[in-house]
Amino acid sequence: MSDNADQPQARVTVQPGVQGCAVILAGVWRITAAPPRWTDCVGGEKPARVTVVMDAVERWDSSLLLFLFEVQQWCRTHGAHCDFEAVPAKVRTLLGQLVASHETSVPFDRSENFLTSVGLATQDAWKKVREIIAFVGECVISAWRLVRMPHKFRWRDCVDEMQQCGAMALPIVSLISFLVGLIMAYQAAVQLRQFGADIYVADLVGLSVVREMGPMMAAIVLAGRTGAAFAATLGNMKANEEIDALAALGISPVDFLVLPRIVALGLMMPLLALYANCVGILGGMMVALGVLQIPPAAYWIETQSIIDLSDVNTGLFKALTFGLLIGLAGCLRGLQADRSAAGVGRAATSAVVTAILLIIVSDAFFAVAFNILGL
Amino acid sequence: MSALNPNHTRSGGPAIEVSGLVCGYGEQTILRDVTFNVARGEIFFIVGGSGCGKSTLLRHLVGLNPPTGGSVRFLGAAFSEADAATRRAQLRHFGMLFQGGALWSSLTLRQNVALPLEEYTSLTRREIEELSALKLGQVGLSGYEDYYPAEISGGMKKRAGLARALALDPEILFFDEPSAGLDPVTSRKLDELIVEIRAMFGTTIVVVSHELASIYDIADRVIMLEKQAQGIIAEGAPRTLATTSADPRVKEFLTRGTGKVPIL
Repeated sequence: MSDNADQPQARVTVQPGVQGCAVILAGVWRITAAPPRWTDCVGGEKPARVTVVMDAVERWDSSLLLFLFEVQQWCRTHGAHCDFEAVPAKVRTLLGQLVASHETSVPFDRSENFLTSVGLATQDAWKKVREIIAFVGECVISAWRLVRMPHKFRWRDCVDEMQQCGAMALPIVSLISFLVGLIMAYQAAVQLRQFGADIYVADLVGLSVVREMGPMMAAIVLAGRTGAAFAATLGNMKANEEIDALAALGISPVDFLVLPRIVALGLMMPLLALYANCVGILGGMMVALGVLQIPPAAYWIETQSIIDLSDVNTGLFKALTFGLLIGLAGCLRGLQADRSAAGVGRAATSAVVTAILLIIVSDAFFAVAFNILGL
Repeated sequence: MSALNPNHTRSGGPAIEVSGLVCGYGEQTILRDVTFNVARGEIFFIVGGSGCGKSTLLRHLVGLNPPTGGSVRFLGAAFSEADAATRRAQLRHFGMLFQGGALWSSLTLRQNVALPLEEYTSLTRREIEELSALKLGQVGLSGYEDYYPAEISGGMKKRAGLARALALDPEILFFDEPSAGLDPVTSRKLDELIVEIRAMFGTTIVVVSHELASIYDIADRVIMLEKQAQGIIAEGAPRTLATTSADPRVKEFLTRGTGKVPIL
C-alpha cells in the first residue's frame, strides 16, 4: 500500500469564463492529506457562477465532499450560482447528507442553572446516603444468615480472599511499618537525646505503633490495595452483568460476593495490624541501636514495661473496625459502579477515598471514646 | 476510499493477500498455513463454528496479534513483516468494527468518530464536527451525536462503531461478528449498510460471522475455518459451496444440517 507522499495530490484549477468560472477538480483526494481550500483557489475573485467539473478526479473521499460543501457555502454567502450538474449523482447524494447533518447537528446542551445543580446534587447526596444505609443493612442481614447457617457461607472464596488481602499484603505492610517505626524513632531520638531521655524512644515508638500507627498504616495499605481491588472486581462484574446473573438466580450478591470479602478483611486486618506492630517496633529498635546505642534487650524491656494488653487490644479492635470499613467501602463502590470502563475506574478511586476517609473519621472517634472510657 | 469508476477499485491486484499464515497465542497454535486472497471491492466472509479461530484470524490480519508465521499483504504492500512505522501508516487505511462496538466510554459519539480525524487529518475543528455528524448520519444516528455510549442501545453502539470505522474513508473494512446480539431487523439493516458502503465507496469488506442469513445475503465469497483442521476447509461463493461441496462439514454448516440451502 503506498502512502500519501508518493501519490498524486488533489488539484483544483479555476478557469474564468464569460458567465463565471469553471472549477476543475483532479487528482487523488484523500482526507489524510492536506485538503485544498476553496477560499485560496478563488482568491479575491467574485464570479457570478461556479461550475464544478470533476471528470479528472482519480479517487475521492470525504475531503472532496468538504471542498464541495465549502464551495456551496461560499456561493450562498456571495450570491453566486452554484452549478453541480456535472458532479456525479452519488457525490451529490453524499453532499446532501453532509448539508443535512450540518443543519441538524445542534450541540446538546448538558449545562444546568445553579438552582437545578444544587437540587440535583442534594437529591444525589440523599440517594447515596440511602444506598449506604440499605447496603449496611443488607450486610447485617447477610451476616445474621451466616451466623444461623454457617455451612451456607462461601468459606472457600473467603479463604482465597484472606490469602489475597492478608498473606499477599505482608511484604508491603512490612516495608511501610518498618519505615514508619524507623521514622518515628529517628524523630524522637533527635528530641529526647537533648534531655538524656534516650530510652524513652522505646516508649514513644511502642505506644504510638501499638495504639495508632500499626493499625492505621496496615489499614491505609489495605485501603489502597484491597479496597480498590474489591471495587474494580465488583464493578467489572457489574459491567459484565455477572451481578445481574446472580440476582436472576435469586442469589444475593451480598451473600455471594460481599460477605466473604468483608469477613476475610475483618479476620485479616487484626493479624496484619499485630504483624505491623512487631515490624514497627523492630524499626524503632534499629534506630535505637544505630543512633542511640541502646541495646535491643534494653529497648525490648522498656517497650514491655510501657505497653499493656489493653493498648494492644484497642489497636486490634481499631484494626478490626478499619477492616470492616475498607471491605464495606470497596464492595459498596463496586456495586454502585457505572457499567463502563470509566465507571470501574471511578469506583476504584472512590473506594480508596471513602475507605481512607472512614478510617480517619473512625480513628478520631476512637481517640475520644477511649479517652472517655480511660482505655 | 472511494472511486468514481467502480471498476477502478477492482483493478490493481488483490486488496488482501494472506499466505501461509500461522495464528496462535504464545505456544498455542490455533490456525496453520492459512492462505487466501481478497479482491478489491469484494465482500468476503470468514465463517465457521464457534471456537474455530475466526476472530483470531481477524486479529492477526489487522496486526492486533503478531502472526507466528506467514505473511499478510494489503493493497500490494507487506504488512505483517513491515516495521512498526509502516504498519501504523497502513492502519489509517483500515477500519474495524469490533463485536461490541468498542466505543470509548468517556467520549460522546461525535468525539468517538472525531478522534481518528483529529489524529490523522489537518481538518479544522468545525470540519471534523461536520464530518463526524455526516458519518453518524450515514449509519442512522443523526441526533445522537452528543450522547455517551452508555446512553444508547447495543445496536446503536454497533452502528456508532461503524461510523468511527468509516471516519477515515478506509479502503478495507473489517467486521467482527456484526450481527452478534442484534435483532434480525437491525442485523438486516446493518447488512444493507455494508452493501451500501461497498456500492458507494468500492470498499473491500471482510466480515467474520456465522450468521447464515448475512452469509447468503451479502457475501461474494467465503472461506470456512474448522477447529480440527486448524485451517481453511472450503473457499468459494456460499450458495455454490452449500450445493456442490463434497465436504460434509461444509455442507452441514451451510445448510444447518438439513442438506438444503435454507430459505432465509
